[in-house]
Amino acid sequence: MTRSVCRTRRMWPLAGASAAALIALSACSASSDSPASSKSSDTVTVFAAASLKESFTTLGKKFEQDHPGTKVSFNFGGSDSLAASITGGAPADVFAAASPRTMALVTDKQEAAGTPATFVRNQLEIATVPGNPHKVSSLKDLTESGLKVVLCDRTVPCGAAAQKALDASRLRLTPVSYEQDVKGALTKVELKEADAAVVYKTDVKAAGDKVEGVEFPESAGAINDYPIALLKNAPHAEAAKAFIALVRSAEGQQVLSEAGFLKP
Amino acid sequence: MTPLDEPGVAAGPHTGRSRRRGVGAGGRRGVPLPLLLPGVLALAFLLLPLLALLIRAPWRSLPDQLTSAEVWQALQLSLVSATAATAVSLVLGVPLAWLLARTEFPGRGFVRALVTLPLVLPPVVGGVALLLALGRNGVIGQWLDAWFGITLPFTTTGVVIAEAFVAMPFLVISVEGTLRAADPRYEEAATTLGASRFTAFRRVTLPLIAPGIAAGAVLAWARALGEFGATITFAGNFPGRTQTMPLAVYLALQNDPEAAISLSLVLLAVSITVLAGLRDRWMTPS
Repeated sequence: MTRSVCRTRRMWPLAGASAAALIALSACSASSDSPASSKSSDTVTVFAAASLKESFTTLGKKFEQDHPGTKVSFNFGGSDSLAASITGGAPADVFAAASPRTMALVTDKQEAAGTPATFVRNQLEIATVPGNPHKVSSLKDLTESGLKVVLCDRTVPCGAAAQKALDASRLRLTPVSYEQDVKGALTKVELKEADAAVVYKTDVKAAGDKVEGVEFPESAGAINDYPIALLKNAPHAEAAKAFIALVRSAEGQQVLSEAGFLKP
Repeated sequence: MTPLDEPGVAAGPHTGRSRRRGVGAGGRRGVPLPLLLPGVLALAFLLLPLLALLIRAPWRSLPDQLTSAEVWQALQLSLVSATAATAVSLVLGVPLAWLLARTEFPGRGFVRALVTLPLVLPPVVGGVALLLALGRNGVIGQWLDAWFGITLPFTTTGVVIAEAFVAMPFLVISVEGTLRAADPRYEEAATTLGASRFTAFRRVTLPLIAPGIAAGAVLAWARALGEFGATITFAGNFPGRTQTMPLAVYLALQNDPEAAISLSLVLLAVSITVLAGLRDRWMTPS
């Protein structure tokens, strides 16, 4: 009896490790299940940039209403990693990227059917903590010492755009962090860990009253185009075409401009 | 599980030192196919991705990429912060493991489960939790900021904290397991001979469980070295201050996959060197 107790105790770390392994495994199978479930003949799979989350979710519901029996399933994420999944063979019908560069990752590999079309544009805005206690009113104000500013890393679209705007106005800005995506930058401001971040207008809008937006004129010189494309190996090309048509229709553009996107 | 135990049980009558030989002799008795096949598959599954890294490595441009200042900065920061996180884990984690293994208190099982939570928690969630606790606006962090002017996010200290948060459970589990396996009667004998409980811990228990502590420390160090999610969420990403190797790898992957592979190779080489170097000395069962 004592011996078995002793053994169970000694097994404890092992049990912990195998529990961890099990959890990891189940997480794997869960994520590999989702593409499989999209095989059912009536689901359009859309890979879209994280910044499109709110507006595309709305459009997806609209599409499902207009096309009874057809479901739209989204995969939102960083455009780069989405592009990598697509070129890696992920079963997707539509790709909507946050920059032409990330779309090129897909088109260069001949994965897109036809030419991608720019469907919206996005402009940068400064996000500050509510009430703007540091009275940030321009891009130059961000360079003041003592202010904690986060930027997106230069390798991701929002960071590249912010750098372009800073370079154009000959400003040097040392942030406390280069975040890996736009939502990461915004979160730091929402949690009040940073005083300000340079993000997209649409992100400021989506965050509601958790942040305050400050527009700056230099952002006009650093606007990101968002291309959308039907993918070559799309399992449900017809429905996918209909979804792209909805995004580009007046109705779709209405939803997108309400979210803060600019017309192409 | 029982058949697996058998070689160990067979080795039981021998002393610990002859255990290796005992297992070796068990191997010669023939390996059952239902164990061999999945075992080899598991090995292939674990090693193949690493092999792919070597195959796809841009060997020609490797020297250029590895001599860049940013890589050295990131590597240096990684090594320093992982070591500091391991030190923190040792100072705090060993006493915690002792409390869990040697004392009785209500809800101990629950506490033990909580201790291992960072093992299974998505690291990003850990980072968010750290921000909410220790951030400038956090539950404790706001007082740190108001009273001492200390802010932890976006600092190297923040990196160490994030790494210690995910790495310490490895040490605690390892040390606790060793403590449970170690006979408490040595400690009791020491105390009956007049040593205080702390002296007994220091002079008797610590030397007894040293291999377990070392193994735990190596695991914690390796985990800290590879930490990504909690670090980028809590400490952010700034070259030279908070950008560790895993962060550098992830961001390089966004637009320069070759650089990411090179950086991964460095991290892999460092990890293997340390694990292999320490394994023979510390991690063999005593």
